[in-house]
Amino acid sequence: MNAIEVHGLAKHYGDLVAVDKISFEVGDGEFFGLLGPNGAGKTTTVRMINGIMEPDAGSVFIKGVDMIGDPLKAKSRIGCIPEVGNVYQDLSAIENLDLVGRFHGLTRKDRESRSEELLASLGLTDRGDDLVRTYSKGMRQRVSVACALIHRPSVLLLDEPTEGLDVHSRRVIIDLVKKTNSDGSTIVLTTHNIEEANKLCQRVCIINKGRIVAIEAPEKLRRAFESIQTVEVAFDRIVSPTQFAGEHVSAAEAYGDKCRFSTDDSDEAIRHIVRVAEKEGLRIVSLCTQGPSLEDVFLRLTEEGT
Amino acid sequence: MNYSLLLRGALVVARKDIRIYYRKAPVYIFGLLLPTFLFFAFFIGRKLEVSLYFPGFLAMSLFFTSSSVGPIIVPWEKQAGTFERLLSMPVTVTTIILGDMLAGALFGLLISGIVGVVGVLLLGLTVTNMLLMAVLFVLGNACFAALGELLSSTGGRIPSNVMMLSSLVRFPLIFISGVFISLSDLNGISLTVARFSPLAYLVDGMGTAMGQSSVFHWSADILGLLLYTAFFVYASGRILRRNLMKGL
Repeated sequence: MNAIEVHGLAKHYGDLVAVDKISFEVGDGEFFGLLGPNGAGKTTTVRMINGIMEPDAGSVFIKGVDMIGDPLKAKSRIGCIPEVGNVYQDLSAIENLDLVGRFHGLTRKDRESRSEELLASLGLTDRGDDLVRTYSKGMRQRVSVACALIHRPSVLLLDEPTEGLDVHSRRVIIDLVKKTNSDGSTIVLTTHNIEEANKLCQRVCIINKGRIVAIEAPEKLRRAFESIQTVEVAFDRIVSPTQFAGEHVSAAEAYGDKCRFSTDDSDEAIRHIVRVAEKEGLRIVSLCTQGPSLEDVFLRLTEEGT
Repeated sequence: MNYSLLLRGALVVARKDIRIYYRKAPVYIFGLLLPTFLFFAFFIGRKLEVSLYFPGFLAMSLFFTSSSVGPIIVPWEKQAGTFERLLSMPVTVTTIILGDMLAGALFGLLISGIVGVVGVLLLGLTVTNMLLMAVLFVLGNACFAALGELLSSTGGRIPSNVMMLSSLVRFPLIFISGVFISLSDLNGISLTVARFSPLAYLVDGMGTAMGQSSVFHWSADILGLLLYTAFFVYASGRILRRNLMKGL
């Protein structure tokens, strides 16, 4: 049985189509990414999956339970970090966890032991009794993650969980999410961080203007766009990338202290760059070619839709 | 509908509200201080028979306290960014409304219970129909907690705006419901207007329970409160569902 099944899901805001009859499945135990530019419909999709928002059309099944027909049962199988999902700042971390545990019907013993375990793994044991309003942003988000995990959910929905966090908090959260996945939970991660999605997700779904433009494993997506090659060159002095414009260089941009050239024929592009460098008296310090990154694929797919 | 999950959710929502919102300043300002000042403004310097006005004052105190918690909860949660997380719990809009109502009603029951007991003991008043008084306490608190929830569901995310709206609705009600002018002294259009106020049924019923003359039969008082409670709960559900994502 799939962990999540989405069929013909649609949502309109007046004349605006936020989500346009999308369908996909997420397998049991899968780490699934939802990517898309701002306003693509990712958050609306996640809100409909976790039952916060009613769709105009379509259906969502969580482990076989219809979210519209039996929302309480379906929601009890989900752990969620919503886009705007603060924890209660007038309560301590332990009180927040206790509250969420009560919503999920955990016994007092389970609530206490699970809270202790989660706070330890998130490095918050010493601050568990302090009011959340005294926490940093990263610590508050760690409490939020703990709240989503307290009932050991079958499905974990994460909407930008590491957005704006410090490196330490980001690492702690990602490690716990990875462990949760390896323990058998299905993860759906909505993120702008394409590198994060590339590292974590077994499959990614790219949404643009409310429609699915691609749904595939990151590596397969990159291979499908192998014609997008980049050549990175460092010269002995800073130069303007535009002077390298040519037939086989489709784009040229400064990339730190290097120049990055996009091409569909790296051999011709390199010959052209070397000729221009000789003409201009430039010395090449380093040169490397790269296949398309997931970011290149993402940009190509989302630009095609605009 | 899974009723055990619904009940559990409502109890947890109420527990959360009690832990967090009973300590908020607007609850005390609009629920306790305002009715107390109104009482003193009306009675000080005038030779009035306090026992005659006690049912009205008791009803007013119950009205203000039970309807003071509800209006701040949803706007406060939307402003603090906790509402979306609450919605992601195993709850429905009905669960949230019932839980918030329960928290408001318990607050009203506690405060108006103290006012009632202290007033009766200090003034030496008699409650001639204790059962009717108990039923009115429970129904009145449920009804006005539901009114508070209705005001809360209007969609704003700024608590002070919702409290202003709440005052705009609550203040006129106390002037047309027999709190300061006995219902038996009203006639014509003023009595007709009073019939549209849920508070009038509580004031009248409490007068009956304390052996005073009444305008409506006690069964009409109970029916009036029941109908208004049902209407407020229904309207809160409809409006909150429509405004659920507003301000998130």
